[in-house]
Amino acid sequence: MDAELITVVSDAGVMHARQKGRELAMTLGISGSDLTLMATAISEIARNIVQYAGKGEIEFRGIARGGRRGILVIARDQGPGIANIAQAMQDGYSTSRGMGLGLPGARRLMDDFQIVSEVGKGTTVTMVKWESL
Amino acid sequence: MEVPILKQGDFLIASIQGALTDTDLTGLQEKLVHAVRRHRSKGVVIDVTVLDVMDSFAARTLRSITVMTRLLGAKVAVVGIQPDIAFSMVQLGLTLEGTITSLDLEDGIAMLKAANNKDRLGKHGR
Repeated sequence: MDAELITVVSDAGVMHARQKGRELAMTLGISGSDLTLMATAISEIARNIVQYAGKGEIEFRGIARGGRRGILVIARDQGPGIANIAQAMQDGYSTSRGMGLGLPGARRLMDDFQIVSEVGKGTTVTMVKWESL
Repeated sequence: MEVPILKQGDFLIASIQGALTDTDLTGLQEKLVHAVRRHRSKGVVIDVTVLDVMDSFAARTLRSITVMTRLLGAKVAVVGIQPDIAFSMVQLGLTLEGTITSLDLEDGIAMLKAANNKDRLGKHGR
């Protein structure tokens, strides 16, 4: 699978991103409840983009490690960034009126999760869901 | 995608037909609350069988609907949560406290009727 890039600017984009992710993940051997877990994580991360940065992009890539396939999801924005990542990764912490479950929840829903953010520059979230063997 | 709302006796049934955006969910909330008032409904069943994900926004909206309709004297049953969705909700840390949940529409209506009967008995004697 080649990389696919989706621009996210609205709540319709949030829905499109999770549907696209699910569709691509299926072609990479991901199945059953893993598809729903991954789509939910994408929904949370995409909503964060729209809510905090207004606009961003999500890239999907097929990857493999030790004979196992997976989907790599990279969400990037050039929004305000996160000053305190440790705080943002805590359950129930939110600077908006949200539930504060988006980032910590996405980490639990995916297999690998990494977040890099710089205030004034933006945020990049990198996540992987591996196929079950 | 708009969610149709059907009236069946004292109850309203909102049957979600596919994936919903946040705007769709907010629209459903608005429409349901007004419909409860207009029809003096005693209960609302929200069928989520075909919902693709239950993320934090969807769960928060369902919770708001539950609270708002309770203020208008009606109860909410969320029916048809699929096993995959239940699994993802637990991972995400979502609960639907105060909302009646059941496997399907039939069960949901039965549970709402039972809950309303219990209220009536509680108010007017044994």
